Amino acid sequence: MTTDTAPKPSFWNRLAHPGQFVALTRPLLWPLTIITAALFIAGLWFAFFNSPEDYQMGDTVRIMYIHVPTAWLSQFVYGIMAVSAIGSLVWRHPMADVSMKAAAPLGATFTALALFTGSLWGRPTWGTFWEWDGRMTSTLVLLLIYLGIVALWRAFDDQLRAARVIAVFTLVGAINIPIIKFSVDWWSTLHQPSSVFTMSGPHMPPSILTPLLVMAIAFTMLFLTLHLKAMHTEVARRRLMALQRQAAQTGKTA
Amino acid sequence: MSAFAAVIARELRLSIRTGGDVLTLVLFFVMIGVVVPFAVGPDRELLSRLAPGVVWIAAFLSMLLGLDRLFRADHEDGTLILLRHADLPFWAVVAAKVMAHWVVSAVPLIVASPLLAVMLALDGSAFWRVVLSLLVGTPALAALGAIGAAVTVSIRRGGLIAPVLILPLAVPVLIFGVGAISTGPGPDLSGSALLFLAAISLITLALSPFAAALAISSGED
Repeated sequence: MTTDTAPKPSFWNRLAHPGQFVALTRPLLWPLTIITAALFIAGLWFAFFNSPEDYQMGDTVRIMYIHVPTAWLSQFVYGIMAVSAIGSLVWRHPMADVSMKAAAPLGATFTALALFTGSLWGRPTWGTFWEWDGRMTSTLVLLLIYLGIVALWRAFDDQLRAARVIAVFTLVGAINIPIIKFSVDWWSTLHQPSSVFTMSGPHMPPSILTPLLVMAIAFTMLFLTLHLKAMHTEVARRRLMALQRQAAQTGKTA
Repeated sequence: MSAFAAVIARELRLSIRTGGDVLTLVLFFVMIGVVVPFAVGPDRELLSRLAPGVVWIAAFLSMLLGLDRLFRADHEDGTLILLRHADLPFWAVVAAKVMAHWVVSAVPLIVASPLLAVMLALDGSAFWRVVLSLLVGTPALAALGAIGAAVTVSIRRGGLIAPVLILPLAVPVLIFGVGAISTGPGPDLSGSALLFLAAISLITLALSPFAAALAISSGED
């Protein structure tokens, strides 16, 4: 459904054309990659060599510089997906579909990484890989929702139709995630109030806060780079499928 | 008869005439209760401690099992397209179907739940809490299930994917459903859990017809 009577295409309308979108955003890819790499080098240098050991946890505190950014991204990516879902339902923006589809596996990966690094961190500090703590449990449920959405994308043959259906489901998930979070907190405090893990939170010394912030920005840039690249790949994949369909049709008639 | 009532009546008539499904569902529900003692041993104390969770998991699985028939048959024979063009707004049709689905698939489970309570050695007062929590909580399962069924209705082999989508979303129902039964160690929170369960049921019942209707109409055109 394209509107061919639009007088002067605005920026958003020009972005709606897949070819235009790729052409406009391709120059961004290299700068983004370089910025991401530079931030990672700086962040990892800070994390490994220029931040103190924790007086209790020792060197294992350095897992935090991977764990916290991935955990932050696990929620940020769902936010991106929800915004894209609104874009695809309200404005039927074709690139919103593509953005939604490209974000889902990335979100699942970051969530899985957050859980994985968390359990690696939990082993030396809490003495267990897994605890049914409220925050961990709700992250696990978030991972399951991501995986469900990825499975849903793969189940549809027609990706254009899939986008709107999945957009509805993504928004339902977005409404439900706070409810899940709340109920899980209620549940875990009911069962084991003693094992609540408290981090020093706001009064973190700047020597730890700086590498953490740099790593958080680095991971966010990493996501943006990968997301953009995945969107380009998706556009290329759709074009390939369209060409294959065309070839099959002409082959049949000829 | 209003159109809304007509849709409900049609659903109920269909499920009575096709018969078997409802009984199979109840059989499945009871069977889970029968199988659990074989798995964990006949220790009455252990069973009565596990009972709230087992009852809810049985209800969960039975509701998910019956999910696929909510829209699938109507989608395949074209009834869904006719219903979309009816005078009644489509979300109202979906709401009617959800209510009928609840009557057909959840009420038999609630009627059968005392059987499970006896087999799992629940005592008298816990028994009423089982009935109450199922009564309050299953509408939420039906409403969430409707979203799952609506999202997957246009997928040809979508039978398995709807439960996979809905299970994580239904975690709160499970938590508060079990919470409303078990008084557990520590302070008795079953009353507030029941209220939360009721709130979740009302919210999902109010919102899910719109989401499900939107999912169906955007998947079909």
